[in-house]
Amino acid sequence: MSAVTPKGVLTTPIFNNNPIALQVLGICSALAVTTSMSVSLVMALAVISVTAFSNLFVSLIRHHIPSSIRIIVQMTIIASLVIVVDQVLKAYAYEMSKQLSVFVGLIITNCIVMGRAEGFAMQNSPGLSFLDGIGNGLGYGFILMTVGFVRELLGSGSVFGFTILPTVQDGGWYVPNGLLLLPPSAFFIIGLIIWALRSTHPEQVEANEFKMKENTQPKEAV
Amino acid sequence: MAQSNNSIKKILTVAFALCIVCSVIVSTAAVALRPKQQLNQELDRKTNILSVANLYEPGMDVESAFGEVTPRVVDMRSGEYTDEFDPETFDHFQAARDPAMGRTLSGDRDIAGLSRVENFATVYLVGDPEDPDQIILPIRGQGLWGLMRGFMSVEGDGNTIVGITYYEHSETPGLGAEVNNPRWQAQWEGKKIFSDEADLAPAIHLTKGGANDETEIDALSGATLTSNGVTNMLQFWLSPEGFGTYLARFRSGVDHEEVQEADVELEAEA
Repeated sequence: MSAVTPKGVLTTPIFNNNPIALQVLGICSALAVTTSMSVSLVMALAVISVTAFSNLFVSLIRHHIPSSIRIIVQMTIIASLVIVVDQVLKAYAYEMSKQLSVFVGLIITNCIVMGRAEGFAMQNSPGLSFLDGIGNGLGYGFILMTVGFVRELLGSGSVFGFTILPTVQDGGWYVPNGLLLLPPSAFFIIGLIIWALRSTHPEQVEANEFKMKENTQPKEAV
Repeated sequence: MAQSNNSIKKILTVAFALCIVCSVIVSTAAVALRPKQQLNQELDRKTNILSVANLYEPGMDVESAFGEVTPRVVDMRSGEYTDEFDPETFDHFQAARDPAMGRTLSGDRDIAGLSRVENFATVYLVGDPEDPDQIILPIRGQGLWGLMRGFMSVEGDGNTIVGITYYEHSETPGLGAEVNNPRWQAQWEGKKIFSDEADLAPAIHLTKGGANDETEIDALSGATLTSNGVTNMLQFWLSPEGFGTYLARFRSGVDHEEVQEADVELEAEA
């Protein structure tokens, strides 16, 4: 990981320390909301704002948070922010909030938000923490958009709702792949992204936790 | 510092202050944005009603177009309009739960999977309320994953379908969720609810392998259970259990009084 510099905290989470691909956090919502790109984009923006502001507020009061109740303090801040985001979406992007339904509320349980508040904002200054939140939100959003692109293109034949491959249902030639519209398909795509990222960034490959032993001759117990 | 941070006094102060600040923020957001949200919901409902009546065009002024639509509350048992409730505020789902305004359905009558149903419903009349061009009926029932809520629009003869739309459902994207595909919805136009003007039991249903007559709709491919759900809720809501008695007012072949007495068999698609 690079040093804690404003540029560093903003950009390393996108490729070098991606919250989904390297830390494998926040997978649940990445499966659920990536059927179309516009929904992924709104979800990504929601997570970026929640992570950024929760980091900011946690960092602002970090010297006053008693360590015995720090998790619940972070949780309360995150939950309040998520409710505000949900209310704003309902008021200004009603169609979108209908599609996202419960998943906006579930940002509260998104491990990325909590992980950054506990792991970064508790030790660093408000400005850096805010940027770190944006950076991690961007890392999350990058994966979401990539997965959303593949799923929407191959599952519905469109990108951002614009038809690229006219589907059979609409009188075209493309037979959409129904599997890509179902949540499990995101597992495959995220798996492929992790593979690609670790091939280009070999330092992300984790060391084996234990070594497989060579085939040994069975011996009689003494 | 770490010591004082963990004193009981400090813990309580921080917890209390945080709760106050957060609750002020949350309630401010909720209260300040509520009018805007209600407007959105209202607009969404009206858009759905207009689109099922084929009156909706993207970008139109929904409020002014809704001017020619008159909501009325209907007593589904007698098929008469009632002025007991204000159609603007009448809540179906509340009514279904209220013992005085709804009834429990027994197993073989409950083909739409509702368990309780209200006796009153808001219908929307397009054009002259005395002799409407279109009658828009709210329908709901179980699909594959959950309750599907929508509207169906019927012409002034009480038999010819104009369209159907679902504004709330949780069917599988790409399969069951194709109920809202405009190409699939388009085939409803001009279909008949009853195969004979004298029939009391609705004939309209979804069928596999292509629709052959005017009471058949081509089912959704790959979504048998959603299709069954749609058939069952139509069979329920268009029978005398639902709007059958009310629709008889508009139909030429059946006597309104007769429908009230009739006992129509309901058969679920399984």
